[in-house]
Amino acid sequence: MGTRVLGGVSALLLLVGLAAAFGYAPPDAVQGNVQRIMYIHVPSILTAYVAIGVVLVGSIGYLWTRRPAWDRAAAAAGELTVCFTAITLVTGSIWGKPTWGTWWTWDARLTSTALLFVIYLAYLLLRSVVDDPERAATYAAVLGIFGALDVPIIHFSVQWWRTLHQPATVLRPQAPTMDPTMLLALAVNVLAFVCTFAYLATRRYRLLTLEAEAQSRAWR
Amino acid sequence: MAAPAAFARRAWAVLWKDLVVERRAKEGANALAFFAVLLLFLFYLALGPDRERIRSALAGLFWLAFLLAGVLGLGRASALERENDCLDALVLAPGDKGGIYLGKVAGTTVLMLAMEVVFIVATGLLYNLDLWPAVPRLLLIAVCGTVGFTAVGTLFATMTAQLRAREVLLPVFLLPFVVPVLLAAVRLTEAALAGEGWGPSAAWWQLLLGFDVVFVVAGMLTFEFVLEA
Repeated sequence: MGTRVLGGVSALLLLVGLAAAFGYAPPDAVQGNVQRIMYIHVPSILTAYVAIGVVLVGSIGYLWTRRPAWDRAAAAAGELTVCFTAITLVTGSIWGKPTWGTWWTWDARLTSTALLFVIYLAYLLLRSVVDDPERAATYAAVLGIFGALDVPIIHFSVQWWRTLHQPATVLRPQAPTMDPTMLLALAVNVLAFVCTFAYLATRRYRLLTLEAEAQSRAWR
Repeated sequence: MAAPAAFARRAWAVLWKDLVVERRAKEGANALAFFAVLLLFLFYLALGPDRERIRSALAGLFWLAFLLAGVLGLGRASALERENDCLDALVLAPGDKGGIYLGKVAGTTVLMLAMEVVFIVATGLLYNLDLWPAVPRLLLIAVCGTVGFTAVGTLFATMTAQLRAREVLLPVFLLPFVVPVLLAAVRLTEAALAGEGWGPSAAWWQLLLGFDVVFVVAGMLTFEFVLEA
């Protein structure tokens, strides 16, 4: 019952967020309407960070308690990490083409986000290649903890690599201050994305639980 | 305080065992050094005889070679443990598994360092470059970079040792993880080769040492779970 309410609220917030992004917020002074992709791009990366946090908590919880429920939470969040990071990369690419004139550039944030995507893709790969479920859960938990430790280190190293190695040729044009209406539209979308994440994660968690039950029943 | 002494003794026992196995079998260290020198030939053939071109790419070439040879070395070390059922013995060994982890990290680090020394010397000779004044600093960078690499690598190699397709999976898991090590080590190597002072690259030293500390500690804490899974 609770998840259904959460799903409804998420759908409603997404609609409101979409309306705010296209109707309420003004077009950007420099970039025009292209800038509106930020209302998807920024919430999705923030949601991906939330998801990474959930993977970390689930991983530690599993190693601590050995309860499969923690592992299932980490698994659900791990899939959504990859999903939301992919949305970030794709929307960033779509925005980059008209703004920077290229789909891809080795900008610091792009590079570190791409690495993050690869690491959590490897996380899902690890889950799928280990046959024994208990062993898969343990390995995935270790990788989930290591991944969360690595994310900030990668972030800083890639940033310095761009700034110390050679000056960035294309800097992201940053408005000194953001219009309050834009900020509000962004806040609504962040809330909508986090709610959607919570909804999808709980559904996936439930599905994983049912799968595990069906497995144990089939063996009996 | 018997605990730290026992811990150190355990790490030392594993390190000693790995080195003795290496010395008796020899094929591991020899093949690794041979592979590294072979990479030198390949780099030279791929980049052409232009000295300046090789010199400007040298720091990147060093660390690409170290990482690639390192993946091979890690895979071989865990294969040895698997084939002779040594892993079971390690699981049965009483006490803290962190010491075992530390010993294995040290063993692989020593092996890789031997390969890296051969590589650096061979580079200087074959490419006819005057690397010698930078060698002490290069060795220090090699130690710090290799510890970071093996800290993550030992754990991942132990995980993938049990899996099918482990030869492909180990680099897939490991290489994106050690990107900070690659970036920091390449930048520090560049600075050392150019004869820069220590000041400008201090931040990279901090990053590299930070990576080493974080992942050695994380590895010590989690190795037990991986070993017993």
